[in-house]
Amino acid sequence: MPMLVMGASFVGFGSMLHALNWTVWEALFSSLSTWALPGQIAMADMAYSGAPLMAIVLSVAFINARLLPLAASLLPHIRQPGVPVWKYYAVSMLVAATSWVGTMRRLPDLAPDQRLSYLTGYGLLLYGSSLIATVIGFYLSGQVPQHITLALVFLNPLYFMLLFLFDLHNRSKVLALVFGAILGPMLFRVAPDWSLIITGLAGGTAAWALGQTKWGKKGLDRD
Amino acid sequence: MIENAVYSPVLVITLAALATYASRLLGAFLSGRLTTASPIVDWITCVTYALLAGLVVRMIWMPIGTLAQTPDWWRFAAAASGLIVFTLSRKNVGLGVLVGSLVLMGLSWSA
Repeated sequence: MPMLVMGASFVGFGSMLHALNWTVWEALFSSLSTWALPGQIAMADMAYSGAPLMAIVLSVAFINARLLPLAASLLPHIRQPGVPVWKYYAVSMLVAATSWVGTMRRLPDLAPDQRLSYLTGYGLLLYGSSLIATVIGFYLSGQVPQHITLALVFLNPLYFMLLFLFDLHNRSKVLALVFGAILGPMLFRVAPDWSLIITGLAGGTAAWALGQTKWGKKGLDRD
Repeated sequence: MIENAVYSPVLVITLAALATYASRLLGAFLSGRLTTASPIVDWITCVTYALLAGLVVRMIWMPIGTLAQTPDWWRFAAAASGLIVFTLSRKNVGLGVLVGSLVLMGLSWSA
């Protein structure tokens, strides 16, 4: 199931890059080297509108900063005496939101010496399918009628929108979504190149600060 | 191949990849020393959420590329129907995405 959803969104990414006149190699290289879809989408979107490199890199860095806590919380589960440290750094490349959700649940049930292999296998399977899906999406987008291309390109914005609405238990997260949804389009009109970073930093920090207050913490579980 | 940009796509992609790996490597480095329930992690989550929410709304409302050729109301109707299906199906994300995309396809087909 996670593979299906992930596959569909990488098909959407491939289609998007085709629609934005990138080459299939560039699309593949992006999935191969980054393998974190929201950042890839922001990168392609901003590069198309000619944003400065620095703005793109900072936006991607902030979007994918979420991988930091994911990696930090996942890797202690696979720590084993005698395993060289570089292996942990290598396997951290396979940390993504999908592989985190899929392995975090299973790892504690496995024997400690099997965990590294499990994470590697699971990660590589998802990683491999994403690469194939990117290429499929790219070529599909060039072959099918325009109506279908539209639907393919629309997959990801819709997917992320619903994904965000899935979990609304944490008050500061909800505020961050609301602030972001308002600031994003507003700032885009004023300063398109830097609007994403400002939206993230201003909206996110405000939401976080409100979440730290008594009101934000009242009666709500953190996750 | 990017029309409006002055830099090479491979450069943008490589830099974006490096910016992504920084988080993964730093996460691996800090593993065991950073609890998921720390204020800093909460802050990172909030920044990511606000940034992506801004991006998603803008991509639906003011898209670039192919989607920019569609009337606003098509995209709003598609997003709204996806949302309705998502809500009615007790938060089935896949079904919501499927129906929303099909609505956009249907609207462009019938136009």
